[in-house]
Amino acid sequence: MRKQSKGPIVHISKRSALPWYHAWAIRGAAILLALVVCAFVTTALTGEDPIGVYKTMFAGAFGTKRKAWILGQNLAILLCISLAVTPAFKMRFWNIGGEGQVLIGGLATAACMILLGDKIPNWLLIGIMILASIAAGAIWGGIPAICKAKWNTNETLFTLMMNYVATQLVAFFVIVWEVPKGAGKIGIINQSTQAGWLPQIGSYKYLLNILIVAVLTILMYFYLSRSKQGYEIAVVGESERTARYVGINVGRVIVRTMLISGGICGLAGLLLVGGTDHTITTTIAGGRGFTAVMVAWLAKFNPLVMVFTSFLLVFLSRGASEISTIYGLNHSFGDILTGIILFFIIGSEFFISYRLSFLKHTKKEG
Amino acid sequence: MENKTAAVQMRDITKRFGTVLANDRVWLDIYRGEILALLGENGSGKTTLMNMLSGIYFPDEGQIFINGEEAVIRSPRDAFGYGIGMIHQHFKLVDVLTAAENIVLGLKEPGRLNMDEVAKKVKAICDTYGFDVDPYQKVYNMSVSQKQTVEIVKVLYRGADILILDEPTAVLTPQETEKLFAVLRNMRDAGKAIVIITHKMHEVEELSDRVAILRHGQFVGDMLTKKTNAQEMTNMMVGRPVTLNIERPDPVDPKPRVEVKGLTVRDIEGTLKLEDVSFTINSGEILGIAGISGCGQKELLEAIAGLQPAESGSICYVEDDGTREELVGKDPLSIADMGVCLSFVPEDRLGMGLVGSMDLTDNMMLRSFRKGKSFFTDRKKPRQLAEKVVKDLDVVTPGVTTPVRRLSGGNVQKVLVGREIASAPSVLLTAYAVRGLDINASYTIYDLINQQKKAGVAVVYVGEDLDVLLELCDRILVLCGGKVSGIVEGRGASKPEVGMMMTRLGGKKNA
Repeated sequence: MRKQSKGPIVHISKRSALPWYHAWAIRGAAILLALVVCAFVTTALTGEDPIGVYKTMFAGAFGTKRKAWILGQNLAILLCISLAVTPAFKMRFWNIGGEGQVLIGGLATAACMILLGDKIPNWLLIGIMILASIAAGAIWGGIPAICKAKWNTNETLFTLMMNYVATQLVAFFVIVWEVPKGAGKIGIINQSTQAGWLPQIGSYKYLLNILIVAVLTILMYFYLSRSKQGYEIAVVGESERTARYVGINVGRVIVRTMLISGGICGLAGLLLVGGTDHTITTTIAGGRGFTAVMVAWLAKFNPLVMVFTSFLLVFLSRGASEISTIYGLNHSFGDILTGIILFFIIGSEFFISYRLSFLKHTKKEG
Repeated sequence: MENKTAAVQMRDITKRFGTVLANDRVWLDIYRGEILALLGENGSGKTTLMNMLSGIYFPDEGQIFINGEEAVIRSPRDAFGYGIGMIHQHFKLVDVLTAAENIVLGLKEPGRLNMDEVAKKVKAICDTYGFDVDPYQKVYNMSVSQKQTVEIVKVLYRGADILILDEPTAVLTPQETEKLFAVLRNMRDAGKAIVIITHKMHEVEELSDRVAILRHGQFVGDMLTKKTNAQEMTNMMVGRPVTLNIERPDPVDPKPRVEVKGLTVRDIEGTLKLEDVSFTINSGEILGIAGISGCGQKELLEAIAGLQPAESGSICYVEDDGTREELVGKDPLSIADMGVCLSFVPEDRLGMGLVGSMDLTDNMMLRSFRKGKSFFTDRKKPRQLAEKVVKDLDVVTPGVTTPVRRLSGGNVQKVLVGREIASAPSVLLTAYAVRGLDINASYTIYDLINQQKKAGVAVVYVGEDLDVLLELCDRILVLCGGKVSGIVEGRGASKPEVGMMMTRLGGKKNA
């Protein structure tokens, strides 16, 4: 009596290392596959022509000059917040309080504009706004860091809770400063004098923000990969015990890094309030404090790669909202497509680190 | 051996991990009523081979026959079905449960669970083979050797008659090892097939009936233990003749370098880890520290290195000109700032000494990256150091940009030791420097330690293999439950004497 042997059919093994072009080929294939699946879903659910839908998506992102600029602006802000959370995440400090840090930076900016506008020279006002927004973000990031360093509190919950505190503070001050009374919103601050508005380069409203973030990206890249502080961040993130063993003051590194992280978030708040919106609402960060976490993870914390990942996310969301307006579909439909595409992109990382082999069982009978 | 039944036949077993060939067409026979020692250097594929037998890995190619029938082992449950049980190096027990509860954990027996019934059955197994287990004792109250016993009883309870033990003696005292060996012999005599994986030659000679040797994933050969000797087995493992003697040069101008007085240390939970420990570390000498694992060795070294706060006592660093510096209350950075060059090779290599995901260069600069006023790091010198360590210590690595996690245990240790001695230390602390290393790598480490001693460095060697401690060290400090049980001269000390001191303060029976 012989038993037919049944081994496992699929076999998962870890890849040692993959050349970069191979890895990018897998990612590219994932995006193509995602587009095909999206096409099927689109046709099945709405009966629309998928190619047309994709064209609309593209048009939504790049269709007009104005749309392209908006894309650039959204990209700059998302990238800025992503750069901000990256040092914290590299240190394995789960800063999901980017949202609150941006809000509080924006609130500080708005406060300066409202309280000091037209009372002091504009250059001094802008200087104070820059300092105030960075300091506010740094404080918002620093409080959970100090508690973590001193009492080992859980930073995930702490930073998350700080978001709600920031939102409530903004809601409170919106009522304090509301114009006109009873409107429930602030409206455009200093519309007539433009006091505290960040200068505009030529006729390009968003160019300054984009340039600032571009410089920041390069600075952050070198800070993380070349500086001693960046090295300390990596060591603390990999193993606190190793850090202590070589004499790194872990608590100090945590607080220092979170001051930087929070400070850059505060700067993003400045760019939003002082640079483009010239007003403040509780939703000004628009969930980007959380999307930034995804941008940073997708790029494996490499600031240069984050340019592409944040572009991808902004492109998808701009395209999705265009689809819902043009085709009269619910906005959720765009989100479904975004979800499918992200699923494939994140899923492709599995195939980059692991190999699947299908075992052939050629058993000799006898 | 024709008169014995082959319990397991492994034929042409091949296993790859990525591009690494862990097992290459291995043939192995395991017989009942026999203890087989599986020998091989690190990375030679012993554990991989046994993991395939116990259902943790599935072979890429080849066949396994159990009692002459082809078997497919896809999971540990399948393995139990064939009567195969493996005792791993790291115990897999639930601390808050009793021995008996751990033993039945995961078993799906019909009917209600009757713990008294289980306890009775456990007791019966213990009596048959001479185990000493209280079925109702909680695991967190157990010593390492008791936990190991529970692991063995666990697989026996499940009806295993083919037992695989992966380095079972690594954590045991000589007395406990003797007890384990007696039990294993009883099981062999009861007709069970037993495989042990070990690095310790004298244990192979003492215990096993047959040895099988793997080298670079390939089966080199097997033979009866009584027809071979340690030298021949080692040569087969390494693939060329090796000398097996550990050198012990005379101490070079010994002078007190570090004086520890009345050191008492509590851990974070407030448990007393070291109590009133006093001794002197001399320059140009190797001070061995012996003791059952967890007797305060880790805390002692970490206290000297400035990583563990002391409750009371003093640690004095004595410079060549007689100046004394207190080390208690200082962190590693301030100790280094005082000009005390202290190197520490910790027990946990990848969790403390090195950063696994970083490459060799980045690991080399862990100690030195702060040097210089520049805001940016200088990677040129660490890179040169990495290249030098790779060359001098024969580190097997694709290059200095490979993450150290990818290296094998022995090579990781060479990188760590290489970095620590590169700073020309005056004190070198090493914790379990050769744990998990094969013979070749171990001897490289002994050599490096001896070179440091000859250069006048004060060396502390915390070890678990008493034979090595007795051969390598000039003096041996024996710890027992956080107290000094005694300090003996390395030359002329006997193994039973030191073993006794490890289990009882002062080493006297019923003092």
